[in-house]
Amino acid sequence: MFEKTLAELAKGLQQGEYSSVELTQAYLQRIKQQDSRYNSFITVCEERAIAQAKAADQAIATGNAGIFTGLPIAHKDIFCTEGVRTSCASKMLDNFISPYNATVVERFNQAGAVTLGKTNMDEFAMGSSNETSFYGPVRNPWNTDYVPGGSSGGSAAAVAGRLTPAATGTDTGGSIRQPAALCGITGLKPTYGRISRYGMIAFASSLDQAGPMTRSAEDAAMMMNVMAGLDPRDSTSVDREVPDYCAELNTPLQGLRIGLPKEFFIDQANPELAKQTEAALKEFEKLGATLHEISLPNTGLSVPAYYIIAPAEASSNLSRFDGVRYGYRCENPVDLEDMYKRSRGEGFGAEVKRRIMIGTYALSAGYYDAYYNKALQVRRLIQNDFTAALQEVDVIMGPTTPHPAFKLGEKTSDPVAMYMEDIFTISLNLAGLPGMSIPCGKVNGMPVGLQIIGNYFAEQKLLNVAHQFQLATDWHQQSPDGLSEV
Amino acid sequence: MAWETVIGLEIHVQLSTATKIFSGASTAFGAEPNTQACAVDLALPGTLPVLNAEAVRKAVAFGLAVDAEIGKRSVFERKNYFYPDLPKGYQTTQLAEPIVGAGHVEITLEDGTTRQIRIHHAHLEEDAGKSLHEDFHGMSGIDLNRAGTPLIEIVTEPDMRSAEEAVAFARKLHSIVTSIGICDGNMAEGSMRFDVNVSVRPAGSDTLGTRTETKNLNSFRFMEEAIALEVERQIDLIESGGKVIQETRLYNGDTKVARSMRSKEEANDYRYFPCPDLLPVEIDDSFIDAVRDALPMLPDQWKALFIEQYGLSDYDAGVLSSTPSQAAYFDTAAKQCKDGKLAANWVMGELAKYLNQNDLEITASPVSAEQLGGLLERIKDNTLSGNIAKQVFEVMWSEGGSADEIIEAKGLKQVTDSGAIEQIVDQVIAQCTTQVEQYVSAEPDKRGKMIGFFMGQVMKLSQGKANPGQVQGILKQKLDALV
Amino acid sequence: MSLDRSDVEKIAHLARLQIAEQDIPQYTENLTNILQLVDQLQAVNTTGVEPMAHPLDAVQRLRADDVTELDQRTQLQAHAPAVEEGLFLVPRVIE
Repeated sequence: MFEKTLAELAKGLQQGEYSSVELTQAYLQRIKQQDSRYNSFITVCEERAIAQAKAADQAIATGNAGIFTGLPIAHKDIFCTEGVRTSCASKMLDNFISPYNATVVERFNQAGAVTLGKTNMDEFAMGSSNETSFYGPVRNPWNTDYVPGGSSGGSAAAVAGRLTPAATGTDTGGSIRQPAALCGITGLKPTYGRISRYGMIAFASSLDQAGPMTRSAEDAAMMMNVMAGLDPRDSTSVDREVPDYCAELNTPLQGLRIGLPKEFFIDQANPELAKQTEAALKEFEKLGATLHEISLPNTGLSVPAYYIIAPAEASSNLSRFDGVRYGYRCENPVDLEDMYKRSRGEGFGAEVKRRIMIGTYALSAGYYDAYYNKALQVRRLIQNDFTAALQEVDVIMGPTTPHPAFKLGEKTSDPVAMYMEDIFTISLNLAGLPGMSIPCGKVNGMPVGLQIIGNYFAEQKLLNVAHQFQLATDWHQQSPDGLSEV
Repeated sequence: MAWETVIGLEIHVQLSTATKIFSGASTAFGAEPNTQACAVDLALPGTLPVLNAEAVRKAVAFGLAVDAEIGKRSVFERKNYFYPDLPKGYQTTQLAEPIVGAGHVEITLEDGTTRQIRIHHAHLEEDAGKSLHEDFHGMSGIDLNRAGTPLIEIVTEPDMRSAEEAVAFARKLHSIVTSIGICDGNMAEGSMRFDVNVSVRPAGSDTLGTRTETKNLNSFRFMEEAIALEVERQIDLIESGGKVIQETRLYNGDTKVARSMRSKEEANDYRYFPCPDLLPVEIDDSFIDAVRDALPMLPDQWKALFIEQYGLSDYDAGVLSSTPSQAAYFDTAAKQCKDGKLAANWVMGELAKYLNQNDLEITASPVSAEQLGGLLERIKDNTLSGNIAKQVFEVMWSEGGSADEIIEAKGLKQVTDSGAIEQIVDQVIAQCTTQVEQYVSAEPDKRGKMIGFFMGQVMKLSQGKANPGQVQGILKQKLDALV
Repeated sequence: MSLDRSDVEKIAHLARLQIAEQDIPQYTENLTNILQLVDQLQAVNTTGVEPMAHPLDAVQRLRADDVTELDQRTQLQAHAPAVEEGLFLVPRVIE
């Protein structure tokens, strides 16, 4: 049962092979038994999940079920969930019980999904290794000495460890795609604005985007059908028709033009990983696609531009955490300023404080033009690179990350080295483009990912390309060693 | 040494929308604390702003009313600072690209001279909540009902040269924003709040002195007092060898004392940047045209109309157009009786007297413009004399009813039957022999004045109902016949 | 660009973050490294390039002026740090 995809489980529910309650109980049981090894959940919603499963079984019995009715999933703990602690993996929100649902959560509830729990993450989604969580690091199910990636590390590890068939994630600089790659699962960051950000605790508003983290492209398409669409509560969500993301999965790839940015392939940090990427590209050639070298000349500037823009927005977005209306307030503040400084100083972890300080600095008087405005201009140059390239090719491919998963603690003392892990993913967030990561091989037993980048709103195309690859290969079906025994 | 005062104003005007600028919570005044502060207003994690169309419309209406350029593209920015009444830790406002650009307002001073005051720009922003300083075990209480109420902040050029000009401008602005219905104008509830920037310089100098800002004045009187006090303070300071420092001051209208606000140690660094949760606001000509078409008459337009159509004096037209409700009231009454001057006298005279005595706004007058118009018609057609009309008005005010109903019920119709008037005149001449003799023996040019006595007697006998014009004619004819 | 202790203290104050005395050198070093990373931007010629604040070239949608949010004070204050008589309490505010 735990090896089944969402699509397979949906069939089982419809055909009455098992009930949603049985399915839900099985996963809850498995989380209870296994998650001490991964620490992938912050909160498990046992009672609520059973209640949702019962309602789903009722709906199935009375013929009122949709495709998603009764399917268990997990939400990254960045999505506000009514009546449930929504912590963003921060001490600041350790006591925050959300009084409302994020639109993404609401949409899954409406679709009849069962929420198993809230997954661990980097604090306020700031991190690439899931080591900044207030609730402790998440471990990679493929080898628990290694990080799962971040910031959606809990979601990635939970799916890879088969503790949930699928999970939601968010991606501000690679936070869906990088952990998906490092944990051997499928992750999609849609076009900016495709999915509502309402109720998704903001890190960097112009970069944040929710997306699915699943076992397969087909499952990601099913998730997208629930998640995508206009939300009147989010001014930046896009009023544009939502296609059936499952409809084009089987389109053959004959004649597909794949662009390979030379900047993603030179200076290869890990030759073994490069081999896996090449092998995957060969597979696409077998499927009828053609490969074309392209250039994204400003790729190298994406990390510096990002580390101005994201912290600048974050420094402002996180000002609301002041200990006045909700969340953490320090003990016995002597005055207002003391309350602010200690509540925030004690409530935020080191990486969050670093980013708030960088952002504060970049926006402060005298530095705005040199840093913030300059970064916005460079952002335009990066977007222009993609726009030009995507006139020549249908999709762009390359490795999702420069390295496979690294060991816990290996990069924590060097923030800049950690930031460079996002070099291939970050530029898409700056441009607002959609990107996917799918498993495409292993290096020393650890999975690596292939990134597929498309034009604005080309999620259907990305899912189609990924699905065709997954029909031809079995990387996405592989489980971490020993998983079946436990 | 002679000093010149230079004043610029920043005015916060609460827009009279039903809901907040970025949320669907009510903006009604006076609710229980925090009952009108929703998840968005409280800046709960994950919440996002969506812009209220009506706030945009009202800001554009203001721009059109002061003849300003409308920003077809305007951008919301975040002004970052920490304060307990500011839930997000930033105020969403506009800076580089405001919705209303440069405009101007003409003011008329008491001596009748007019001046142009330039508007630098006006931008849309959100109001903050309130800190209540009553003692809660040494703590302050925060009420966020007001947080997110839409404001336009109007910034003038430093074009005013006296407290009188500043107050005249403030009153004019009040009249404009209430006329076009974008603000309820209730200053006691904080719907309009004035910050005054004051500096002084030697007369004839063209460089500006160092200015201070006195914040949050919420009445015209306080504004006038605060300016006078600050001008005096600055002049005293300079003349005694001191220097004005740029600072923010608070004026207490009750104690008539101003003080410097506890200045924060560091200069504010607001770290403005474009709000990533809101997209640029773009409005097109059709949007602007629709707002323009829906715009009611402005005070200056009423005034011009009253002068042109009814031949009113500049002063009367100015008074009658000062509030939109008064202008509309007057216009209705004047149209009905077809006599603007008569209507002006009544609206500024009898009606104003009753309203004042009863402390009522014209909108709450028990006598409607139509009722008054009906009464004035009866004066015009000689049914009523002016004095009797006042009696009818009194009944109308206290008991209601139309002029005709009251005239009928009380038998107040003016006597215009010349036969009946002649009878009364004959009676008076017969009774007042002494006065008739005096009239007859008087120099012809003195007789005109003496006729007043007989008029009074006739009117008294007729209980005021005789038509005064007719009475005068008949009296003159009959008395002169005796000479 | 490199930062010193007083820069870090100034920024921390502006951001209302208490940083422990012994942590300041570490923050100073980390922040300096990050600034050195982003300083690469200074070499880029961006003359005439329009700054890009939003990924999509879209305009703001407007909301109808209808009251949709009714009183939820009880739920919204359920987990507030300090509340009395419906007010959020904070250490004394001095203007």
